[in-house]
Amino acid sequence: MTEGGSRINMWTWFYKLASPPYAYRTAEALMPWFFAVAAGMIGYGLIDGLVFAPPDYQQGDAFRIIYVHAPSAWLSLFAYSTMAIAGAIALIWRIKVGHAVAAAAAPIGASFTLAALVTGSLWGRPMWGTYWVWDPRLTSELILLFLYFGVISLRQAFEDPVRGDRAAALLGIVGFVNVPIVHFSVYWWNSLHQGGTVMRLGKPEMPGSMLWPLLAMLCGFMCFFGAVLCMRLRGEILGRERQSAWVREAVKA
Amino acid sequence: MMRTNFWQMGGYARFVWPSIGFALCMLLWNVWSARRHYARALLRVRRALAMARSEE
Amino acid sequence: MSVGVFRAMALILRRELRLSFRRPDQLLQPLVFFLIVTTLFPLALSPLLSLLRDMAPGVLWVAALLSSLLSIESLFKADADDGTLEQLALSGQPLEAIVIAKTLAHWLLSGAALVAISPLVATALAIPAAAFGTMLASLALGTLTLSWLGAIGAGLTVGLRRGSVLLSLIVLPLAMPLLIFGASATDRAIGGENPAGAMLFLAALCLFTCSLAPLAASAALRITLE
Repeated sequence: MTEGGSRINMWTWFYKLASPPYAYRTAEALMPWFFAVAAGMIGYGLIDGLVFAPPDYQQGDAFRIIYVHAPSAWLSLFAYSTMAIAGAIALIWRIKVGHAVAAAAAPIGASFTLAALVTGSLWGRPMWGTYWVWDPRLTSELILLFLYFGVISLRQAFEDPVRGDRAAALLGIVGFVNVPIVHFSVYWWNSLHQGGTVMRLGKPEMPGSMLWPLLAMLCGFMCFFGAVLCMRLRGEILGRERQSAWVREAVKA
Repeated sequence: MMRTNFWQMGGYARFVWPSIGFALCMLLWNVWSARRHYARALLRVRRALAMARSEE
Repeated sequence: MSVGVFRAMALILRRELRLSFRRPDQLLQPLVFFLIVTTLFPLALSPLLSLLRDMAPGVLWVAALLSSLLSIESLFKADADDGTLEQLALSGQPLEAIVIAKTLAHWLLSGAALVAISPLVATALAIPAAAFGTMLASLALGTLTLSWLGAIGAGLTVGLRRGSVLLSLIVLPLAMPLLIFGASATDRAIGGENPAGAMLFLAALCLFTCSLAPLAASAALRITLE
């Protein structure tokens, strides 16, 4: 401890998490809490959104798809960002836990992207008359799905897992350019997909009775992502730390 | 009345319910897949430890 | 006697060109592929000139993309196989400079060559001569960007078994914005509209890629080589 008492700040937490056993134990501890909050938020969000929120003036009851579509899309971007940033941290500072986080986040993010595309397609059919349209947001979201597949495949293609991790991290960073394109595409181009309603500066356009369940679903999906990430992270860390002594104790429990 | 209205979703039932359904399936798949991933990692580690112990 | 960076780059560029010209059949392969692929579309879709004109920009660009992918794997593979790549990396010259020289050579041999024969293909696809200027400019910028995206992919996958499929899987999603703007620029020129907007975007993409891709490609090589 330094003189003047211990200075525990944000970076202490960061350094601690860089240690695989600490990250493993933290993931295990946080998991149930993430699941509990996620279940509560998603439960409330679905019930309030599907039953109690009033139907939209223009879209009728079809707008309720937003309660699964918007959170999925948001998480698809958030998961990719997590993957890219964790990979970058792992590459730059040589922190192996970063690679474990990136590897864990990838399949989760890909599934959210698929859900965003499918629910969006089902929403588009009654609203725009077509299941698919090549507008910037949909196209860049589809590209995001391909980028996920690329990163996952690249990691698995290497026989040496260390090299595979590094190559996948680099690819994740290169593909990160697409993330702001997906988000800002609705502002940069006029197209079929509606502009931002929630993520804007100033007051959101949606009335409260519709907005609260949406925010709850967003929060619920985020916590769900955290929960599943923790689940996968344990396995990823175990796989990378098989030789270490602490693993022996951890798997006995 | 409210009940049937709910399931009909104002006529959009065949779009709304499959969407909700797909999203829920995706959530469930994530949990199942993560569990399987952890179980397999655990198995591999235990096997490696057992082999190391038997070699001693 | 130590060699300066630019002299080293010139030497590598000359070496690449000389080696490629020793195998003229391999040199022509991407060009022939380009011609064949552009022929496929009128055969499969419609030989009607008016319809061809509509799909010409897309056909041109997809064919350029695919033939670029075909040749990019050879960027590092031959040198990686016989150990030259490691020697180059250890030579003391900055890896970025080596990568720039090699990628430039690749572009001259495939992309620039493609641009050169594109008027031929454009005529076959009923693109009006007035649009040629924009088409050539957009293809030049686009193939250069593609060479760089391909260099990143090649750096990541050199030495992998089944690397070529993975290479395409990696490069194609990255190349999609390029495809959109490139085809759009040519399309506008054909329609008589001002292509400046799309061309500026294309130029910006090219500039962005050319400045950052050397760093990414050499980082990829360092990962593969160490």
